[in-house]
Amino acid sequence: MSDVRVAGSGLTAFGHSPERTSRDLFAEATVTAFEESGVPRGDVDALLYGNFMGELSEHQGHHGPLMAEAAGIQAPATRYESACASSGAAVRDAVFRIRNGEDDVVLVGGAERMTNLGTAGATEALAIAADDLWEVRAGMTFPGAYALMAQAYFDEYGGEHEDLAHVAMKNHENALTNEKAQYQSAIEIEDVLEAPPVSEPLGLYDSCPISDGAAATVLVSEEYAEEHDLDAPVSISGTGQGGDRMALHDREYLARSPAAREAGEEAYTDAGIDAADVDVAEVHDCFTIAEVLAIEALDLEPIGEGISAARDERTTADGETPINLSGGLKAKGHPVGATGVSQIAELADLLAGDHPNSEFVDDATTGVAHNAGGTVASATVHVLEVSDR
Amino acid sequence: MSDDDVQDAGFDEWLDAAEEGKAYCLECPEGHASLPPRRVCPDCGATDLEETVLPDSGEIETFTVTHVPTPAFEEDAPYATAVAAFGPVRLTGQVVGADLETVETGLEVELEITVSETTGERVLGFSPA
Repeated sequence: MSDVRVAGSGLTAFGHSPERTSRDLFAEATVTAFEESGVPRGDVDALLYGNFMGELSEHQGHHGPLMAEAAGIQAPATRYESACASSGAAVRDAVFRIRNGEDDVVLVGGAERMTNLGTAGATEALAIAADDLWEVRAGMTFPGAYALMAQAYFDEYGGEHEDLAHVAMKNHENALTNEKAQYQSAIEIEDVLEAPPVSEPLGLYDSCPISDGAAATVLVSEEYAEEHDLDAPVSISGTGQGGDRMALHDREYLARSPAAREAGEEAYTDAGIDAADVDVAEVHDCFTIAEVLAIEALDLEPIGEGISAARDERTTADGETPINLSGGLKAKGHPVGATGVSQIAELADLLAGDHPNSEFVDDATTGVAHNAGGTVASATVHVLEVSDR
Repeated sequence: MSDDDVQDAGFDEWLDAAEEGKAYCLECPEGHASLPPRRVCPDCGATDLEETVLPDSGEIETFTVTHVPTPAFEEDAPYATAVAAFGPVRLTGQVVGADLETVETGLEVELEITVSETTGERVLGFSPA
């Protein structure tokens, strides 16, 4: 079984560019990824591409060949749709293809154009990740779904909005030096607490922004990296995926994410690590409460204690296990289909010492990327390890 | 949502039944309950599902007040959405007939099929029991 190496990545700036098509965004990300990796386009065996709402935002289906064309590659291409975990699911299949020897070089990526829909339109588009009949038609929005989980968490384990505000403040702080981030601005606790409510208890600053952007990563087999003398010290050593009932109300727990736990356990076992080995993580903080649920599901915090992790500085840049040193979805932005691959790109740079925030994890060898779809009816987790340091 | 009068078989019949006070879930021989349209028990794969009438009242397990809605609920906002347990199933619904400040976990509610102020479409709702 071949070891999977991250050869190079590219991200567009995440943010507000309503006029840019997803094919243009993705092309930009791939130009950087090919430059950084040193891999020729002609060596790519497949493109696995994540996108969620292209039909709604661009009247476009069948993204695979369109994006291969945009990237300038002649290879079979497939689109992955798994809501906000679309490109995490693409990474997982890319890992399998390389491990089983089917492919040596896979271009994995994703893009999303969202801001052209406006806030109401994007809210409507995001809602299709929930059960249309039983949730959306009752008026549930995505922020609403996470608000339901936040309220359930407060009722079951305690905590308050101020605890969540510390998550937002931390992630904004982490994004200050990330030139790709949508928000490179610090916020205070009061900003979060006094922001307009979206779905109570969650307000504007508990929510990730609506973003346009793309991400691309060139993954290669260890043999390919050696043959071509690539500088690719980071490997994807573990992959896991979990699933759950589609509607939140059909889940056993309203304030836990079993699909992410399942994905994490599988990825840890696959990599031969346990939670205590994790030095740094990028988790899917589409809302502040989502980061709390994620770090508990990944066993980085006990159930019911993740709520205090940011406030007590266990997950800040100087903390024991820094979470979302990229700024996370909250501050870096969340162009849905790009998010899973952007997490892999940021984490690989953090571990390789190539990230503006690498100084906070200079001894780190093991990182985890957690990508969640819907109200975590889908989750993928990947373990990244750096070999040469 | 479809543009015309075509209904969603299973779902619309359930709303009809709920309007008559006969809301139901589907139960398999193992006692797993789920909501229609459903041919197969999502818990165990059993295919012999029976309609079981839900209790008249349920209890709110979590709730939120939404200020930023989808376009289909533009005129309704702000409104409360809750997850409530009705016997063996939970449902997501809009809380109607109650001041938003009085909605809380543990509140006893009854099913009330209401309509969206924005679209006139039927909406699964809860009103205080």
